[in-house]
Amino acid sequence: MTHKNFDAIVVGAGMSGNAAAYTMARRGLRVLQLERGEYAGSKNVQGAIMYANMLETIIPDFRNDAPLERHLVEQRFWIMDDTSHTGMHYRSDDFNELSPNRYTIIRAQFDKWFSRKVREAGGTVLCETTATELARDSSGKVIGVHTDRAGDVIQADVVVLAEGVNGLLGTRAGLRETPKPENVALAVKEMHFLPEEVIAERFGMTGDEGCVIEAAGTISRGMPGLGFLYTNRESISLGMGCLVSGLAATMEKPYDLLDGFKRHPSVRPLIAGSEVKEYAAHLIPEGGFKAIPQLFGDGWVVVGDAAQLNNAVHREGSNLAMASGRMAAEAISLINSRGKPMTKHNLSLYKAMLDKSFVMKDLRKYKDMPSLLHTNSRSFFMTYPQLISQAAKNFLRVDGTPKIEMEKATTAAFIKARSRWGLLSDAVRLAFAWR
Amino acid sequence: MKTAIAERIEDKLYQNRYLVDPGRPHIKVRPHQSPSPNLLALTRVCPANCYELNESGQVEITPDGCMECGTCRVLCEASGYIEWNYPRGGFGILFKFG
Ligand SMILES: Cc1cc2nc3c(=O)[nH]c(=O)nc-3n(C[C@H](O)[C@H](O)[C@H](O)COP(=O)(O)OP(=O)(O)OC[C@H]3O[C@@H](n4cnc5c(N)ncnc54)[C@H](O)[C@@H]3O)c2cc1C
Ligand code: SF4
Repeated sequence: MTHKNFDAIVVGAGMSGNAAAYTMARRGLRVLQLERGEYAGSKNVQGAIMYANMLETIIPDFRNDAPLERHLVEQRFWIMDDTSHTGMHYRSDDFNELSPNRYTIIRAQFDKWFSRKVREAGGTVLCETTATELARDSSGKVIGVHTDRAGDVIQADVVVLAEGVNGLLGTRAGLRETPKPENVALAVKEMHFLPEEVIAERFGMTGDEGCVIEAAGTISRGMPGLGFLYTNRESISLGMGCLVSGLAATMEKPYDLLDGFKRHPSVRPLIAGSEVKEYAAHLIPEGGFKAIPQLFGDGWVVVGDAAQLNNAVHREGSNLAMASGRMAAEAISLINSRGKPMTKHNLSLYKAMLDKSFVMKDLRKYKDMPSLLHTNSRSFFMTYPQLISQAAKNFLRVDGTPKIEMEKATTAAFIKARSRWGLLSDAVRLAFAWR
Repeated sequence: MKTAIAERIEDKLYQNRYLVDPGRPHIKVRPHQSPSPNLLALTRVCPANCYELNESGQVEITPDGCMECGTCRVLCEASGYIEWNYPRGGFGILFKFG
């Protein structure tokens, strides 16, 4: 086959791939999308909080038919030691707005819906098809893909690599590196089913209001890690993620950590009596700004998790994926409409759009956060949570000890564990990384 | 105490849907004398418990319960100890919820 079959090929039907394919198809490009799963979403795992604003810019009336679980009115942050949690809750009736800002979703269902939208917009979607290799011409320009289906190279002007964090195509072609163990977290997750009314009652929700809990502390046994518990309509997504480098160093079993989180006295009553219907695992890019690879080249762009576009501090990934997919698609459509070739030079437009957006601005803001958490993980995930719990207990327990002695004990415990200098330097470094 | 009440990983995986591609394992361990530290770590770190140490001290894989997360790839592909591929289109794990 020598003629070009499509204007663009999108590899992957996750958040970024669907956003890209939909946007290009809507602009009249001939788009082919390849997905290795039986259906879009069958390989994908997420918490999952979906940020409405990003989807709204792509499909303004998505609320009419998208499979949404609960809109979020409450967020809890917990710092945990083995028997307690110290928490901050934010709940506001303002989140009960006409067009809510955040929803929980179930990825397998959501991606299926998004993929249907791509087809309705005129895109060609081929599931059960794994792209196995990028095809390049003698100058090295990407001209299409090989797949595991019989047949020749499928050709197109440009390939959008939306293959997720563990994408093989781009790494095999040398366009970017395989993620390093310290730049990815392994998350394991279970789906706990409970009747809708039970969930509403346990979390203090009415109608389709929802609540999410994010938790850090001794549950990750000194590794950089986080636990989460998100309410869906009639299920609870419960999971735990830790850096792969941390797991390899400590040899902890991920499902043991998850079971520990589930059995914690603060979590156990929330899921009591539930029926578990799935156990899933997936990587999350955590390297941040410094881990972002080259994003475009002759005949290709990379979007979403494959490009490490993930904000680990705010637990945002799907919206960065949708935003980067949309911007890549807009850049490609613009180049196409001007009749220009998909060269590296012309595709740099995508990077320019990304740089101007919240995606790069947010990631740049937290560029020092990942390395800070690596070097000090034991303080941040073991020592401080225990100290905070002790401080809260000292503050609340009434047993005849004078308050001044309680306070002294709290201060002494902090200094003993971390030294004055250690505390000060942790605080300064945290402040700088956050700035 | 803790291990006594821990749930079995087999029971967890039993809830999942898979379409196994018989005779075509998508991940292979290359022959080795003794495992590298990262390869050995896979016997604990793989979330589906696919890796095991055999009697003669080598690491083996049975990828049937694999959830295609890529953790073993990130830890061991570069060193050449394992060969990692996706299963053929349509095969492997099929998440109902994800
Ligand atoms: C446990 C967990 C919780 C999370 N929670 C949140 C959250 O609450 N909010 C949030 O915003 N983000 C969250 N994220 C991050 C979010 O899931 C990702 O950022 C987002 O899914 C990235 O989208 P993507 O399209 O880049 O990749 P993916 O969604 O991973 O999609 C990649 C797609 O490409 C396909 N594919 C890969 N290779 C090939 C190939 N060779 N041929 C054909 N198809 C291929 C895959 O099957 C898949 O469908 C979470 C992630 C995890 C793992
Ligand atoms: S990809 Fe993940 S689940 Fe599969 S064998 Fe490797 S570590 Fe285990």
